[in-house]
Amino acid sequence: MSDPTAPDDPAGAHSGPRRVIGTPPPAQARSLMGDGAGSAPPVQRELPAGPANPVRAKKAERVVAAFFILSMLASIGFIAAYIGLEVGSVDAVFRSNLALGLSMSVAFLALGFGAVIWVRHIMPTVEITEQRHPMRSTTEERQAFNQTFTEGAEASGFVKRPLLRRTLIAATLPLAVAPIVLLRDMGPLPGTYLRHTVWRKGLRLLNYGPNTPLRPADFSSPGGMITVVPDGYQDDDDALAMATSIIIKFQPGVLGAPTHMNWTVDNIVCYSKICTHVGCPAALYDEQEHHILCPCHQSTFDAAHGALVTFGPAPRPLPQLPLTTDSEGYLVAASDFQEPVGPSFWERG
Amino acid sequence: MTPLSFTWRRRRVARYAVVVLGLGLAGSVYAAITGAGESSAATAPTTMQQQIARGQVIFQQTCATCHGLEAQGSNVAPSLIGVGSAAVYFQVSTGRMPLREQAPEADRKPPQLTPAQTLAVAQYIQSLGGGPTIPTPAQVSTSGANVGLGQELFTADCAQCHNFDGAGGALTNGQYAPSLNPSTPTQIYTAMLTGPQAMPVFDDTTITPAEKRDIIAYVINTRNTPNPGGFSLGRVGPVTEGLVAFLGLLFAVVLSAMWITAKHRKTTDE
Amino acid sequence: MSVERALEGTGGWLDDRFHGARGFRVFFRKIFPDHWTFLLGEIALYSFIILLLTGTFLTLFFQPSMTPVVYHGSYHNLDGVRMSEAYASTLNISFDIRGGLLMRQIHHWAADLFVAAILAHMLRIFFTGAYRKPREVNWLIGLVMFTLALLEGLFGYSLPDDLLSGTGLRITEGVLLSIPLVGTYLQFFLFGGPFPGNDIIPRLYIIHVLLIPGILLALITAHLFIMFHQKHTQMPGKGRTDTNVIGAPMYPYFMAKTGAFFFFIFGILALGSTFAQVNPIWLYGPYTPVGISSGSQPDFYMGFLEGSLRMSPSWTWDLAGHTVPWDVLIPALVPLGLIITGAALWPFIEQWATGDRREHHVNDRPRNAPTRTAIGIATVTFYGILWLEGANDVIADHLDISLYTTTEIARYAIFIGPVVAYMITKRICLGLQRKDLHMLQHGVETGIIHQLPSGEYVEQTRPLTEDEVAELDVRRPEKLPIEAATSAGGVPPRGMRGGLGRLKLAANKVVTESVPIETHGNGYGHGNGHENGHGEHAALPTGSDHGTDEADDGRNGTPGSHA
Repeated sequence: MSDPTAPDDPAGAHSGPRRVIGTPPPAQARSLMGDGAGSAPPVQRELPAGPANPVRAKKAERVVAAFFILSMLASIGFIAAYIGLEVGSVDAVFRSNLALGLSMSVAFLALGFGAVIWVRHIMPTVEITEQRHPMRSTTEERQAFNQTFTEGAEASGFVKRPLLRRTLIAATLPLAVAPIVLLRDMGPLPGTYLRHTVWRKGLRLLNYGPNTPLRPADFSSPGGMITVVPDGYQDDDDALAMATSIIIKFQPGVLGAPTHMNWTVDNIVCYSKICTHVGCPAALYDEQEHHILCPCHQSTFDAAHGALVTFGPAPRPLPQLPLTTDSEGYLVAASDFQEPVGPSFWERG
Repeated sequence: MTPLSFTWRRRRVARYAVVVLGLGLAGSVYAAITGAGESSAATAPTTMQQQIARGQVIFQQTCATCHGLEAQGSNVAPSLIGVGSAAVYFQVSTGRMPLREQAPEADRKPPQLTPAQTLAVAQYIQSLGGGPTIPTPAQVSTSGANVGLGQELFTADCAQCHNFDGAGGALTNGQYAPSLNPSTPTQIYTAMLTGPQAMPVFDDTTITPAEKRDIIAYVINTRNTPNPGGFSLGRVGPVTEGLVAFLGLLFAVVLSAMWITAKHRKTTDE
Repeated sequence: MSVERALEGTGGWLDDRFHGARGFRVFFRKIFPDHWTFLLGEIALYSFIILLLTGTFLTLFFQPSMTPVVYHGSYHNLDGVRMSEAYASTLNISFDIRGGLLMRQIHHWAADLFVAAILAHMLRIFFTGAYRKPREVNWLIGLVMFTLALLEGLFGYSLPDDLLSGTGLRITEGVLLSIPLVGTYLQFFLFGGPFPGNDIIPRLYIIHVLLIPGILLALITAHLFIMFHQKHTQMPGKGRTDTNVIGAPMYPYFMAKTGAFFFFIFGILALGSTFAQVNPIWLYGPYTPVGISSGSQPDFYMGFLEGSLRMSPSWTWDLAGHTVPWDVLIPALVPLGLIITGAALWPFIEQWATGDRREHHVNDRPRNAPTRTAIGIATVTFYGILWLEGANDVIADHLDISLYTTTEIARYAIFIGPVVAYMITKRICLGLQRKDLHMLQHGVETGIIHQLPSGEYVEQTRPLTEDEVAELDVRRPEKLPIEAATSAGGVPPRGMRGGLGRLKLAANKVVTESVPIETHGNGYGHGNGHENGHGEHAALPTGSDHGTDEADDGRNGTPGSHA
């Protein structure tokens, strides 16, 4: 409405009288008639120009300013801490994190405090009522929309020409399926991969970590338990995810059915470490009760009796790995596990 | 008034004096008879034989009621023949033995015997049936250890019970793997070596002394590593983090929301 | 004034191009009712923005690669250890990038706060009935965002490939495998082969930094736009009806308050990240399928799935060469499925049971919808028991409870708990309603005791203020008008016949159970029935008769003649 090229004219060349800053009218709830659909600008003032208590507002202004200055200083401190403090060791990171974090916290919190005090004590309180319209459009509006929509559908010929419609749908269907098909090469087919591990006859058991082979005499203390992995695969996580096992040494006379005694060597028994529930390493071993406990969901297996499940959600015992010794006396697998290890899957059977 | 020197026995203070004298006499006699431990602490026996003999005495006083006079065991305690000085050192120096009560698991508590007494009993038990021995200081020193290998071994064989940080964890039937934070290097070594209670046995051929040293170095280093991110929240993991997220962060944010939307007091503003 | 000059200058320039004057004015004058519970959604919104900002920083330094490397960096406890590049780069961010650890921690705490805020916001919406017409779609959008937030967090904390989160991925693999028919294929396709493979971290990375944030941004925009368009709900109070909204305008009030709130959230997160260490992956060590830590839990928002997996009995079917492991399928699918499906259907079930098709813009106080509140608390109890069981080993260790006992308790509590919670909550709500009714009828007790000449002691009550009356005097959920609509021959109205109709009637009875506001036509009984022996009550202001129900059928909680 005003001419943007006109010079600033204090005589009031542009629309409306200038607002006068002075004593604001008494703060009252003002109703906004309608929701601004009218194009005429409001003649009456909608919001009070200043707070009801200017003295308190002035004090508040100082408080807010102090907070903002604090925030500014903290932000500068953040930059200084970043430039000045090194990292590269745990202690240095501790100091750096403390300095950077503290300065950042103060910077933000001070801004927040200042802003809230500003709103509460400097901005005048208002409570304005706005009318709602029902969400439902009027009947006329709906009819008008319906008419537009119907006319357009008729004009497009979509409704009246089934050949067009059906062939269009037929065209989009395979197109919609195509992106799903494109995902096929995300991975290989599982095949029978999950039925076997890399264990085979003659493969040595390595003590995981130092990755040294073990003789029965090296593992001779009853109550002993250690994690073992197949020789050559100690760095192959895919193989380890299925082949990792534990060996446990028992006193004579404790191991019994359904543990396969002919798969043990010198009361040393080997079980898969991969829990049959969802695959966590079932690794806690209580040597007094000879229980193997999986820490994820507390499936418990009786190590002296075929790793039968005694508690928890696991559906099957831990598979036992047949053991024997090789010509040099080291513990080796006599064959692969005789059943799939790890969690259940559809094709497991 | 009668002269003081003959009537002091009639004064009230005399009663107390007699009691104090009597107690002092009884205590001194008792100490003289049984105070061999306290009085001999300053003059520890130096020969192995003296240690073993002394250990036997302490054993018979402190342990034999449960473990039997010959350490042969009973229906409430196992035989100690062959457990070795390492086992005794672990159990006694952590205060687990003498046992306070029959429970699923013996708790760590302040030790009842001094280090010299512990050593003596350990040597005595060692003399009975052999077994794993207490490691030398060199064997538990952390300098020059391969901390990375220690981490791999700890993760594969220890963390599942003791937690990634050695904070401990629950086992079945009221048992638990204790926190490693109060343990000394020798205690960690002897625990691995002897497999106390529910803990498996990791003898020196399964995990070699050098590998044990690496594990100890990892545990001690991790324990001593400061927390660069702030308070550790117990190094328990996401459980405490979740609690802090709700009770700390969300709570603080909600408080600020309440302040932001609080109504004005009616006194000054409308 | 320079404000006017700026409006002429820049404002004019923009308006010439965008026709913005009217639209922006509507936007600036948008009214926002004020209540702290209305800010819970904003906590989620601002946490999301903070996640975007800190996350962008992290992407500059993180390597989403599973290629194994041997570490020789600043954290000496892991010197010589074999790990993935992802893990090594996270160590690098933590120890060798200035501000890296702070950004990592803010990012993680913001993610925790994001989900916690969504939960709080969702509960607020539920308990105040803000999901009712016309906001059902927004409720559904919210549920989708909730699920996406859970996934986003899970994928995010799995990116560093540490022992704890890697164990979570292992469990994910096990759950995928358990799915009948397609499980093994899904697992191999997601992981690009057997677990762990080389592909999962880069794939989770792109889902985490691009796909889900993109979808979330779109949904958040829709969510906010719908809220704007429909206007925010408001709490019951004086003058507040279903046809108005009372509060302060967007500009400058709400903008200032919401800006301040953003600073508070960022500041509190920064403070938390300075003093509370989170996700210390250097202590967990790199992921290896060989090892695991006791007390392994996912982040809290996945804890309920963990709990359901722990409490499941071991139950599996082996039939004809195929295995269906119910011990995995049931816990993985049933609790989450129940909660999300139930929540999604609830607005429509409630509409069906109450027959209420009106728009609602005034919130309910939870006590005024006893059945809804009771169902909500029962669901919270169900969720909470699963959550606690997810932490059962930590609880067992720290509170000295036997491990198996916690699981046994949980197995019973999961069924008994919600039922008991429902019954107790409903009774509490009805009791609170009676208390409100008592206050409406008799005024507020002041604690001032008078003795009458007859010797009797009575307590003086003061009348309720208009604000208080407006809060308490709200419409109760109505029973279906079945008597009125039943024909003379005894035939029930259409829609209430047959089995489904009887079910609807029964549902209606339960859902609308509430303490009625009595004797509406008599103005709460003051003026009638209060003269005999009740004269000592300072009665509610006389003359404010409320008319009858029929007269103000568009009844909106405003007492009749009050201004």
